[in-house]
Amino acid sequence: MINYIYPEYEIIRNPDKCISCGVCVRQCANEVHENINKTNKVICDDSKCVNCHRCAVLCPTRAIKIVKSGNTYRENANWNCKTIDEIYKQAQSGGVLLSGMGNPENYPVYFDKILLNASQVTNPSIDPLREPMETRVFLGKRPDDIMRESNGKLINNLPPQLPLSMPIMFSAMSYGSISYNAHESLARAAAQLGILYNTGEGGLHEDFSKYGKNTIVQVASGRFGVHVGYLNAGAAVEIKMGQGAKPGIGGHLPGTKIVGDISRTRMIPEGSDAISPAPHHDIYSIEDLRQLVFSLKEATQYKKPVIVKIAAVHNITAIASGIARSGADIIAIDGFRGGTGAAPTRIRDNVGIPIELALASVDKRLRDEGIRRNVSIVVGGSIRSSADIVKAVALGADCVYIGSSALMAMGCHLCRNCHAGRCNWGIATQVPELVKRLNPDIGSKRLVNLLTAWRHEIKEMMGLMGINSIETLKGNRLMLRGVGLNEKELQILGIKHAGE
Amino acid sequence: MQREGQVRIPAGCAISGIIDKSGNRMSGEAIIDSIAVMRERSNGLGGGFAAYGIYPEYKDYYAFHIFYDSSTSKKECEEYLERHFDIINLSKIPTRKVKGITDSPLIWRYFVIPLPTKLSDSQLDEREYTARCVFRINTKIEGAYVFSSGKDMGVFKAVGFPEDVGRFYRLDEYEGYCFTAHGRYPTNTPGWWGGAHPFALLDYSVVHNGEISSYDANRRAIEMYGYKCTLQTDTEVIAYIIDYLHRKKALTFSEIASIIAAPFWQTIKGMSSEERELHEYLRIMFAEQLITGPFSILVGFNGGLMALNDRLKLRSMVVAEKGERVYIASEEAAIRMVESSLDKIYAPKGGEPVIINIAGGGELD
Ligand code: SF4
Ligand code: SF4
Ligand code: SF4
Repeated sequence: MINYIYPEYEIIRNPDKCISCGVCVRQCANEVHENINKTNKVICDDSKCVNCHRCAVLCPTRAIKIVKSGNTYRENANWNCKTIDEIYKQAQSGGVLLSGMGNPENYPVYFDKILLNASQVTNPSIDPLREPMETRVFLGKRPDDIMRESNGKLINNLPPQLPLSMPIMFSAMSYGSISYNAHESLARAAAQLGILYNTGEGGLHEDFSKYGKNTIVQVASGRFGVHVGYLNAGAAVEIKMGQGAKPGIGGHLPGTKIVGDISRTRMIPEGSDAISPAPHHDIYSIEDLRQLVFSLKEATQYKKPVIVKIAAVHNITAIASGIARSGADIIAIDGFRGGTGAAPTRIRDNVGIPIELALASVDKRLRDEGIRRNVSIVVGGSIRSSADIVKAVALGADCVYIGSSALMAMGCHLCRNCHAGRCNWGIATQVPELVKRLNPDIGSKRLVNLLTAWRHEIKEMMGLMGINSIETLKGNRLMLRGVGLNEKELQILGIKHAGE
Repeated sequence: MQREGQVRIPAGCAISGIIDKSGNRMSGEAIIDSIAVMRERSNGLGGGFAAYGIYPEYKDYYAFHIFYDSSTSKKECEEYLERHFDIINLSKIPTRKVKGITDSPLIWRYFVIPLPTKLSDSQLDEREYTARCVFRINTKIEGAYVFSSGKDMGVFKAVGFPEDVGRFYRLDEYEGYCFTAHGRYPTNTPGWWGGAHPFALLDYSVVHNGEISSYDANRRAIEMYGYKCTLQTDTEVIAYIIDYLHRKKALTFSEIASIIAAPFWQTIKGMSSEERELHEYLRIMFAEQLITGPFSILVGFNGGLMALNDRLKLRSMVVAEKGERVYIASEEAAIRMVESSLDKIYAPKGGEPVIINIAGGGELD
């Protein structure tokens, strides 16, 4: 069959700059570039290019750039190029469209319509270079009442808490969906930063057990790699009920990726598909969730907080309220822009709700019900900068999860082809030659750099609001103003409009 | 125009307090003289006093001081009071004509005790019952506002300069063991007397100088426990935090100070293990009650007084002693004005509370 699609991106090679070194040929796992007949001429097949920028960045003479091909269909406000191309693709393949990373469509980004306050005259701003500026947070459930010994001494009646040097954690990305080196980079960075990373549903590679204090172990519907040692290996256990990129559906790691260590870590035979069912088959209702929460607590002697991760969907407030009463210590909510290794495109692009709205409603609902102390709230699903974090905390979050931004720190260029398994940056791949490209020394260093920079920025923003401890930023919605938002949106976010 | 509560009005201020450690009573004259010195720090848009030990003959009864906009609101409120309390005594609060104090609402005082049957039906303790009735009047009865509701204490406040307010209420004719005062410098024009300070609930009263940056975090957290911040002022939310931590959670004032002006983590790290554990516990457990941004506050309660600065000491506050008397004010001059030869004078560090319990009174630690 002829491929009806003209490539979306075009590779421009400047022949005056190209020295025919062949780097691009070797670097592109998609086999886009080719040395013809061992001559010095390099040609390329644009149609295979996913625009990951690996060749462009590594070309020693900067001879390559990737640009939009600009080839256009006859203009049509209803049938845009993307929609037409998708029809051609499905007519050709007969299959479900797959994508990686988060929803790229043009839905509102509420973080970009929220502005922060600053101190002027009536109270002073605080300079983080001169005064202590605290970003430490603790995640976990807190009882309502204090207890005293007979001599009056306060008894520490707090259930287990997760201490974090800043309100940021790396969100779940399984070993399998990302590489060994990517995992090692995340684990080492988390340990250095005093935060946590998350194993995802792929089990915990034995080499990483030494980062246990900085690890969240995940239990998902496939229960891969789950055993009592695993549950006790980390600082907390996360039950994954849903994921923002694909709420309501499971996962599928093809048998071709279940090789060697991955098969061992997941505890499934080599070559067999790893299928995570859409629901947990032992959780069809909230009381079932409660049982799982308590089985996990029993298995960990009530020493590890249990996180329940859910996708932000329409009735998120009721779900969150149920979870807050289920015994869980922490709720993690993943917005509809959250990333993924692979998801059906239609689901990624059409299901779920924005994290800003989900967060604002859940925080309010839990307060209205007087159960906000029962749980900490962690939000993810496109946290892109320190400003997003400050806004999320002011809306009511205790902490954020970052996934895509962490991958980008390691080199990801958001080509959204993770599902293909040939990540040129050594992240979403298991091909040994590609995995090697990500050096964990550099990967972890870049992650530490990113979060160190963000932490500085968070402190600057807190300081200018006159806040010197992150606790008093939490839920402090008076520090936020909306711009260009309608009454309903402001009401849901619980903020005023700029100028009010 | 919007009334206080419909709009949030930041304010700068002056505060002053005098307490006699042995519990001996003094006249309200001194506190008026003291706050008058700091006229620069107020702008005539609010002043007030809290006085403790002033109603010994009624010390077992809650003294309600109420503003009424009209006789209709008074009638409605009195009917409510009669349904819920035994009213032992009621009268207009005596005032004198003072230039600079105008537009006075009706100001009444009631000595009350919950009706025993109502109280036992409610299954609440006496103070909770009383506090709920106060909330109910303030939110549900139009034009009625209970601005003082403690036993053996009273709040006196108005729109005007504090020294004028003191003379208006004839504070010089009262005798108490502890007085606090407040002069307000709002950045907006509140015309309503209820918005002046101190803010009080039961016997807790708060005068505050500063503008806290944690306001909305504190407000949203405290409203979870049934408080309703109707005035949108820092003082109101601080008073509720004190009430919540002291009355409802039974924490001591020194523990409360460690919560609202918590030591920094770096300080906690250097403490002995027992201290460290305590402070870590308090910070995690009561994270939402931490207050940041500039403040100096005086918290009055039956039997004592606590003075506290924010953790960075972003507002001035000095403490002085002379014999049994302890003086606390935003400026030293306000103390020197009433007592020129002091035994000692010092400025407490940020976050370091000064807690004075009078002999035979105060909290039981
Ligand atoms: S897929 Fe990546 S490496 Fe290959 S040509 Fe395109 S941009 Fe370059
Ligand atoms: S990497 Fe650059 S210089 Fe080398 S062959 Fe490719 S385009 Fe030419
Ligand atoms: S992880 Fe790799 S494959 Fe996935 S979007 Fe990033 S660069 Fe592309």
